[in-house]
Amino acid sequence: MTWLRAPLRYLPVLILALVWELVVRLGLVSDQILPALSDVAAAWWRLMVEGDIPLHAKASFGRAAYGLAIAAVIGGVGGLAMVQSRTVYRLLNPILQMLYPIPKSALIPLVLIFFGIGSASKVFLIALGCTLPILLSTLNGARGVDRSVLWSAESLGASRLATLWEIRVPAAMPEILAGLRTATAFCFILLVSSELLISRDGLGYLIANFGEAGIYPEMFAVILTVAATGFCVDRLLLALSRFVLRWQAPS
Amino acid sequence: MNVSVNPVAKAAVAPGATGIAIDKVSHVFNRGAANEFVALDQVSLDIRPGEFHCLLGPSGCGKSTLLYLIGGFIQVQSGSISTSRGKVSAPGPDRGVVFQNFALFPWLTVRDNILYGLKKRRIARAEREDIARKFIDLVHLRGFENAYPSQLSGGMQQRAAIARTLAIDPDILLMDEPFGALDAQTRRLMQEELLGIWKTSSKIVVFVTHDVQEAVFLADRVSVMSARPGRIAHVIDAGFNRSSDPDIVRSPAFVECGENLWQLVKTQANLQSSRSAT
Repeated sequence: MTWLRAPLRYLPVLILALVWELVVRLGLVSDQILPALSDVAAAWWRLMVEGDIPLHAKASFGRAAYGLAIAAVIGGVGGLAMVQSRTVYRLLNPILQMLYPIPKSALIPLVLIFFGIGSASKVFLIALGCTLPILLSTLNGARGVDRSVLWSAESLGASRLATLWEIRVPAAMPEILAGLRTATAFCFILLVSSELLISRDGLGYLIANFGEAGIYPEMFAVILTVAATGFCVDRLLLALSRFVLRWQAPS
Repeated sequence: MNVSVNPVAKAAVAPGATGIAIDKVSHVFNRGAANEFVALDQVSLDIRPGEFHCLLGPSGCGKSTLLYLIGGFIQVQSGSISTSRGKVSAPGPDRGVVFQNFALFPWLTVRDNILYGLKKRRIARAEREDIARKFIDLVHLRGFENAYPSQLSGGMQQRAAIARTLAIDPDILLMDEPFGALDAQTRRLMQEELLGIWKTSSKIVVFVTHDVQEAVFLADRVSVMSARPGRIAHVIDAGFNRSSDPDIVRSPAFVECGENLWQLVKTQANLQSSRSAT
């Protein structure tokens, strides 16, 4: 019966989909407000075949990938630099404390002025929003390494710089990967919200466009596309984590 | 590289020669702060070449601090510590260390843990594989080379940690309550194995413990430490480790030595509690 376990886990999603379809079909909710799921599916198929979703998805996911990649590099390097150097820590820490609580979507009007309506503004916003969780998780993970592990490495002949890369980074990997997952969730939020407000392409733009035009099945089709993609990316990250962290005790 | 475990039986300890010279070492934590405390106060001790030396005392007596100072993990504030290679100022592969929590690299397999220090010493691949295999056999971990530490029992993890340290052939083995996290049965087995390994080497072992029985069983000499400030109150000869008699632990001399040590430790512990009560 183990083969049933995975599909069974997503049974609630299936039930929700059925409820959605039924409440619309039975007229409990007007299809002017909520289109039936089957209509959304049909709209999704049309948008796929006609190429709207692939075209805009390409624009969106390119931005997401660039933004996340920049964030991963800056966050990783910054976090390690803060662990390695007290000066860097003292310099950056107050700035991070200030930046952390700002809702990054509040900066959308600002990045429009700085970077215009093209991709640069979204990439910047995503990079900014995703750097912090990656940086902080790297910092916390790499700082929290047990001193006996570091001392063991040093007594085995590792230099301080070698322990950073060979001991602190792998030891911090559980936290770093958890930070990357959080960052990816932020990335989707920032991507869609910035495209909703300031863009001429991308899935967020498509959602706004269909929404304003009152074409709801298409709008929902794009929203569900974003949701499904986010889910898949998260599952991929989870699988990656499990592989990289295969040395951890099974919990 | 000459591998640490040679079959030649070790010579008796020469009392004149210097293994580790600890000279008027004091150590203060949080100096100048409200929670300042003196961990070590003017500690002097000569550990002889090839000696198995136990540091015994109540918790907080600074025995681990002294061990970390010998390791070079914390800086000597006043006084000096020297080995045959000169003054200690930083960690180095001449002084291997084994911690109570094993301190293995959990993301590396047993073999890769043992290979880590050998790679650092730039030993050729084929040779380091040979050395790793030899030490895996020595600590009875054959068949577990590719296991991660999380897949091993505590005793096996500590064996792997000991193998990792022995593989780089340190002159001095620093052990910080290495068997403290193990159950009584495993602990006893590990003590016997450690003695067996040590007897075929010429290494100095500095072994921190709060277990009187363990100290008497393992040590050439036992330093009984006092707490707050940490001082060496007594240095006691044991030497039962040199006996080949498996029933030595039941001999009257062994039992008496343990009883005497226990009285000394108890006195220190009582002093500490009466002092902290006032």
